[in-house]
Amino acid sequence: MATKVFEWPRYLKKAVFHYCPGCGHSIIHRLVAEVIDELGIGERCIGVPPAGCAVLAYNYFDVDMGEAPHGRGAAVATGIKRVLPDRIVFTYQGDGDIAAIGTAETIHAANRGENVTVIFVNNGVYGMTGGQMAPTTLIGQNSTTTPGGRDIRRDGAPLNLSEMLGIANGSAYIERTAVSSPKTIRHTKKALTKAFKVQMAGLGFSLVEILSPCPTNWKLSPVDAVKWVDESMTRYFPLKVIKDLAPDLK
Amino acid sequence: MNDKMLMRGSHVIGEAAVRAGCRFYAGYPITPQNELTEYMAGAMARLEDGTFIQAESELAAVNMVIGAAMAGARAMTSSSSPGVSLKQEGISYLAAQELPAVIVNTMRGGPGLGNIAPSQGDYFQATRGGGHGDYRTIVLAPASGQELADITRKAFDYADTYRTPVMILGDGMIGQMMEPVVFPEPLDLKKLPPKPWILDGAKGRPSRIIRSLLLDVSVEEDQNWKLVRKYEQITREIPAAEKYLTDDARLVVVAYGTAARIAKGAIKRMRDIGLKVGLLRPITLWPFPNRILVEMSRWVRHFLVYEMSTGQMVEDVRLGLEGRSQVHFYGRPGGVVSTPEELSKVINTLYHRQNLQEE
Repeated sequence: MATKVFEWPRYLKKAVFHYCPGCGHSIIHRLVAEVIDELGIGERCIGVPPAGCAVLAYNYFDVDMGEAPHGRGAAVATGIKRVLPDRIVFTYQGDGDIAAIGTAETIHAANRGENVTVIFVNNGVYGMTGGQMAPTTLIGQNSTTTPGGRDIRRDGAPLNLSEMLGIANGSAYIERTAVSSPKTIRHTKKALTKAFKVQMAGLGFSLVEILSPCPTNWKLSPVDAVKWVDESMTRYFPLKVIKDLAPDLK
Repeated sequence: MNDKMLMRGSHVIGEAAVRAGCRFYAGYPITPQNELTEYMAGAMARLEDGTFIQAESELAAVNMVIGAAMAGARAMTSSSSPGVSLKQEGISYLAAQELPAVIVNTMRGGPGLGNIAPSQGDYFQATRGGGHGDYRTIVLAPASGQELADITRKAFDYADTYRTPVMILGDGMIGQMMEPVVFPEPLDLKKLPPKPWILDGAKGRPSRIIRSLLLDVSVEEDQNWKLVRKYEQITREIPAAEKYLTDDARLVVVAYGTAARIAKGAIKRMRDIGLKVGLLRPITLWPFPNRILVEMSRWVRHFLVYEMSTGQMVEDVRLGLEGRSQVHFYGRPGGVVSTPEELSKVINTLYHRQNLQEE
């Protein structure tokens, strides 16, 4: 008897991803869909896609999806969750979306303890608009708007949004992971599972920040891009549990 | 429950919203509309299924309303002029995503921070879309406590019927004024028409998407034409205006909201001294009641538009009449409210300058 060990996740549409080769979104989409599937929450999930490369997430997730204006994911999710508290609400946001234009919405949603899950994909750059500096761009990193590299005196330092959210009173679970290797990918899935479980248990705001390669805008090969995640990004954005109010919840 | 009550305008909107089934309110404090935000805080707390959120900004508030509307709630936000500027992003999205919501603008003097006195300087912003893109917002302009109660109910119904944002455009005077009011009976939420488009989890049905990003230009164009057809339907179905002493009028003042009440006082004075002056008070600012205006132009050769602005609605009156009658304008901006005496003088002068007494 053959045993099925791998299949298409129920809540991922059978559509071809538009993402660039080596981009982390495809992996993260699959992980989120697998988690929704395994937790059996697909029929009560409502997702909020971002502005940016992943705005078309609603073409891939087979759950109800409502688009938010740039950066306002946390506010839109707040509205949905408050009206339908027994549904599972998640946002999917990039670093430009969540850590620049949407900083206020995100911090205040966390501070209110909104019982939603945020998937924060950090690739250190504005992907869709062509590779401009993001709040998370590293010092010295080239982007189309920091052609000589990010200068701390001119551009400020990279923003540690997850650490900031960890301070917020209403956040329950914040972890930073990566999708740069089979090991980190497996761990990211665990973190996503936990984040959704924290919401299901009604414990408050949960967020998983995922360091993710952007070979196209970094102008690196996919292989060099994952190396860059491991060797450069993690130095400023260490992979760790930033806050966990439910250590026993696996 | 249906006794006559003496209530402040902002509270009337709040109570009428609750009775219209509003179960979600998000707002951010700004004078002169805080009484409404405060009223909603109390009212939502008393309801089992009510949500009140004091948002961190006007932007957050309107985006929370977007979420609540996606989830199927009757939702409202309110603000005053500078705050409504911030909400315009969300209003454009509400229009694009065809989501129903009610936005209250209690106008104050502007532009910029301006002042907190009653003004009508936001007419352009309210009626021209205000946010980016090809869209219109239904704009309702109440002028009395009772009308606030009735119009707030209508605002929620229009929002649901047409799946579009609806703005109630008042000002600090309307919001603060206390008048007797009889409220309609609270709506039974279970009897509201179903919304087969909301996001509530894809249980037993295909998943749904609410979006406004339409990268294919022909799809975006189709959606824009679809919106236009909806706006044409609204333009056929809901224009409303009050006519006061217009049947024999030789000069008709066109004014809305607070300005219309001042105009009414002035018109009474003019009638007392034998001048045939009437009032046309648009209740829907968009769609503008053109048909009523054009009908009236058959016997009214002179219209005087009076606004608490430097002249905004006057453009709609001119567009509506298309040269059929003469259009004059009088206005005072900056939060200054004219007295009926002052406006009487303006009417009297114009009336005699045009020799209307000799007709």
